[in-house]
Amino acid sequence: MIAIVDYGVGNLRSVYKAFETVAGPLGIQVDIVDRPLDFTHWRALVLPGQGAFGDSIDNLRRQGFEAPLLDGVAAGLPLLGICVGMQLLFDESEEMGVHEGLHLIPGRVRRFPPEMPDPIRNSRTLRIPQIGWNQLHRQYPDPLLAGVPDGAYAYFAHSYYCDATESDAVLTLTDYGIHYPSIVRHHNAWGIQCHPEKSHTVGLHILRNFMQTVESQALGRQGQ
Amino acid sequence: MLAKRIIPCLDVKDGRVVKGINFVDLIDAGDPVEQARVYDREGADELVFLDITATHEARDIVENMVRRVADTVFIPFTVGGGIRTVEDMRAILLAGADKVSVNSAAVRNPEIIQEGARRFGSQCIVVAIDARRRQIAERPADPAQGGRSVSALHPPAKRERSPSAGHSANPEDIARTLRSEPGMESSASRATEARTDKPEAPAWDVFISGGRINTGLDAVEWAQKVESLGAGEILLTSMDGDGTQEGYDVALTRAISDAVNIPVIASGGAGRPEDFAAALTNGGADAVLAASLFHFRQLQVLDVKQHLQARGIPVRMPEETMLSGPEGVPTS
Repeated sequence: MIAIVDYGVGNLRSVYKAFETVAGPLGIQVDIVDRPLDFTHWRALVLPGQGAFGDSIDNLRRQGFEAPLLDGVAAGLPLLGICVGMQLLFDESEEMGVHEGLHLIPGRVRRFPPEMPDPIRNSRTLRIPQIGWNQLHRQYPDPLLAGVPDGAYAYFAHSYYCDATESDAVLTLTDYGIHYPSIVRHHNAWGIQCHPEKSHTVGLHILRNFMQTVESQALGRQGQ
Repeated sequence: MLAKRIIPCLDVKDGRVVKGINFVDLIDAGDPVEQARVYDREGADELVFLDITATHEARDIVENMVRRVADTVFIPFTVGGGIRTVEDMRAILLAGADKVSVNSAAVRNPEIIQEGARRFGSQCIVVAIDARRRQIAERPADPAQGGRSVSALHPPAKRERSPSAGHSANPEDIARTLRSEPGMESSASRATEARTDKPEAPAWDVFISGGRINTGLDAVEWAQKVESLGAGEILLTSMDGDGTQEGYDVALTRAISDAVNIPVIASGGAGRPEDFAAALTNGGADAVLAASLFHFRQLQVLDVKQHLQARGIPVRMPEETMLSGPEGVPTS
């Protein structure tokens, strides 16, 4: 089973429904888990997120999810962080003070720089938050992106981005004034800044890829 | 690059679509879910559901609709109409909407914006502004017509508060005035520009309660206020343009768009693909919304996107053409 971790930050219905839509045909069960468990015997973990980094990480810790999540990842479970859930995987965030993250992916969460010039509106600056459909520019091949063409559009809504320290962790870059990492992977932890559950065919495709990666890894673990 | 968004709007009453796609092939043309699916398939980037149910008691019908849409359509959608409290917002968001839109409630009680943004995040909070031009007879230069009018780019420092100004005007006159706008080089607009070298900039009043009440608020100032309170987006409707299909009010869109640093969705008056382009380029809008035009199938979302793409405006084309393999199944 795949666990969508519900640590009390908003609505998980869309994330759940999107996973359910692609998981059903693959025969994989998806559950929303709202209390810490021993995840090591699960197939994969999904860490959604919305709102502020500080509130999110505080909630996650207060509800006792940090240790079981880290144990699960250490045991080799694939983890997918979505939006703020991706940001939580990094070392720290500078959103309203400095907050310590889960240290699963090296790097820091930063605010988009102010006064980024808008490429299509002369003398104007880019709006923050970035809201809307932007492109995924592929950097490294990965099973998560199998069949997703370079330049595919996905839906974003965020003011902060993940500044990954290791360039080979960056699977896609997105251009919003700067080229920032929009999908990352470090070992068995993946992070995706856009909302796959709101990104139409491309988003569901990425979730389906995640499911299939999970399946192949589960087979690999069984074979060991 | 961030794409410009095309957003169909569906008017919903008692959980049924009263202005959506007027489409004979639909089994149930009044079903919001089926309508949403069609727009989704046609490449809509987002959807807006405007609940025009008169009574507040029907909230559970709306919530039920929101749940069904959220379960079947994997693009973002906003729900507006009848949201009066933060608890109303919460119920709609929990049902699965990505954003809520507030209009009258925001004017009557601006704290709802602040509280909503604090609790759910700015990205969830859309403030809808219904604006009407204050001085029709003295339309000053439109910056869209070549960008020479500096005054139009800034909020008016001083303005008249004539209660009747702009409200007794015949809608057809307004429409004719607007009609000369989309043409970039029309001599009529140049004449307008020449005759209005006056200190007064154009100004727009904010209306609430479905356009029945003039709040006297200046639209540009109100837009800046809602941004400062934490609104994540502005859904800007030109009441002068609404329903005319004579083009968006580009000057209004530009004035608001220049005054804030949050995304602005232009609405009211779309009739031709060129109108969308004008709102997005000269108007500086981030997204464009239309209801009737899509409803009556005069244009489809894809028609608009093709036009915009041909003009070099970044849009997201439907992914079916991009993904390798049928039904999005990975081939590698």
